[in-house]
Amino acid sequence: MSETMIAVYVFVLACFIGYHVIWGVTPALHTPLMAVTNAISAILVVGAMLVAGSAQAESSVWVQVLGFLAVMLASINIFGGFVVTNRILAMFRKK
Amino acid sequence: MLLSPDLFAFAYLVATILFIFGLKGLSHPKTALRGNTFSMAGMALAIGVTLLHPDVKSYGAICCGLAAGAIIGVPLALRIKMTAMPQLVAALHSFVGLAAVLVAAGTYLMEAESGHLSGVSLFELVVGSAIGAVTFTGSLVAFGKLQALLGSAPLIFRGQHAFNALLIAGIVVCSGLFIAEHSVWLFVAATVLSLLLGFLLVLPIGGSDMPVVVSMLNSYSGWAASATGFTLGNQLLIATGALVGSSGAILSYIMCKAMNRSLVSVILGGFGTSAEQAVADATKKSCRAASTEDAAFMFENASSLIVVPGYGMAVAQAQHAVKELYEQLHHRGVEVKFAIHPVAGRMPGHMNVLLAESEIPYESVLELDEVNPEFSRADAVLVIGANDVVNPAARTNKSSPLYGMPILEAYKSKAVYVIKRSMNPGYSGVENDLFYHDNCSLIFGDAKKVCEGLVNCLKSN
Repeated sequence: MSETMIAVYVFVLACFIGYHVIWGVTPALHTPLMAVTNAISAILVVGAMLVAGSAQAESSVWVQVLGFLAVMLASINIFGGFVVTNRILAMFRKK
Repeated sequence: MLLSPDLFAFAYLVATILFIFGLKGLSHPKTALRGNTFSMAGMALAIGVTLLHPDVKSYGAICCGLAAGAIIGVPLALRIKMTAMPQLVAALHSFVGLAAVLVAAGTYLMEAESGHLSGVSLFELVVGSAIGAVTFTGSLVAFGKLQALLGSAPLIFRGQHAFNALLIAGIVVCSGLFIAEHSVWLFVAATVLSLLLGFLLVLPIGGSDMPVVVSMLNSYSGWAASATGFTLGNQLLIATGALVGSSGAILSYIMCKAMNRSLVSVILGGFGTSAEQAVADATKKSCRAASTEDAAFMFENASSLIVVPGYGMAVAQAQHAVKELYEQLHHRGVEVKFAIHPVAGRMPGHMNVLLAESEIPYESVLELDEVNPEFSRADAVLVIGANDVVNPAARTNKSSPLYGMPILEAYKSKAVYVIKRSMNPGYSGVENDLFYHDNCSLIFGDAKKVCEGLVNCLKSN
């Protein structure tokens, strides 16, 4: 099996897991769900780090700038998304 | 430090599982905060492990980027008003989209010289960039509409659908040529056309359809992460992106179902443009106005009251006044419940958050299916800034644009009070039959002021 095919397997199976997990989310928490999926989708930061920290980034300013901006944008999402989710969920815990 | 590739893959698998548990925690408010901690741990693990990756040679740009993100993101998240959550989410979506474009471009620049890129990788690259670009500009437009920088009315021009189809064809052609010829300009062209497409896809969608748009863009941001994962051969990105993508897709489906509309009709846009005919015959009918004193007297002597909040409550920032009203009535032994329609507000679950913020216990906040059987038993209903979601025409009038949409059956209760600023119809532009029912009275005024007035009446009694 080629690497691409393995990737397709992972993708399709993850979609099924997502489908089942998300239907279990209570509608009252749909806003924090969006906020937290926002933070999680910033897992793109891994790709951004591989660009920003690559050997090529040391020689090419372009690659470095692109990488830096991508890391920054993704981490705005990570920090912003998780913090705001925490804020919302804390409201739901209060009685 | 040297770690074997399998060890990396294993750490990434653990991160994916932490994300799944994080989302699973949201099945109940009690487990949700713990779930969020799982997700944060997953993210920290993913970032920490990536720092040890053998391909990461320098840390300057990475650390600066992470620090800048924290400096911008944390205060933003701490300061944002809960009524402005939809805007924040739209803005964050746009960042993910742009990051996906930048990662695709950066990866191309890195790999192009070495000649490592196969046809498959080029395909994955351009797809990732295109999805990211559509997410970016689409979210910018959604942000502009939610922040009222742009008009919320749908913007439609002649031949729009044909033009969009042409754009998509252009993107496909540029991508195909890029894979065949490896020219960086074709990559740029495909990305620019995708940016344009993002604008044009969201501009024609009206304000009341925003819950669907925001959910859809949520979904796109996930697919963008997945596509980037395919490019980099990174299973963590693929799996996590798929989780987010399916989450957004399910939310879009739920929102569409709650409006009785197909996803296709929302995406193509232009809802609410044919509503004038319903307004015309409404002027003949008469409706009843009530004072806050009447309503307060009624509520005080009721044994059960159901409150239906809508976007108008958020606009008027009335949630804290509503909480006071809740306390006054609860104190007097009136059973107060809140009925939330899935599309109330500008994003899924928006009303629940506003009520939770004003410390109304979530046990008294009910969803459509739970609350509908209770309306006929309720002594009174108070509608605050909601309109289409309580319109009985959705049940009775086959010619209404709302026909078939699931509604909150407020009209079945003994007495309905509706707080309204004026007689203007709702966002869909459809006249509300409820206002002309015998059991319905209108209280004219700003939602916040009326609620405060009700509280004052109760206090003085």
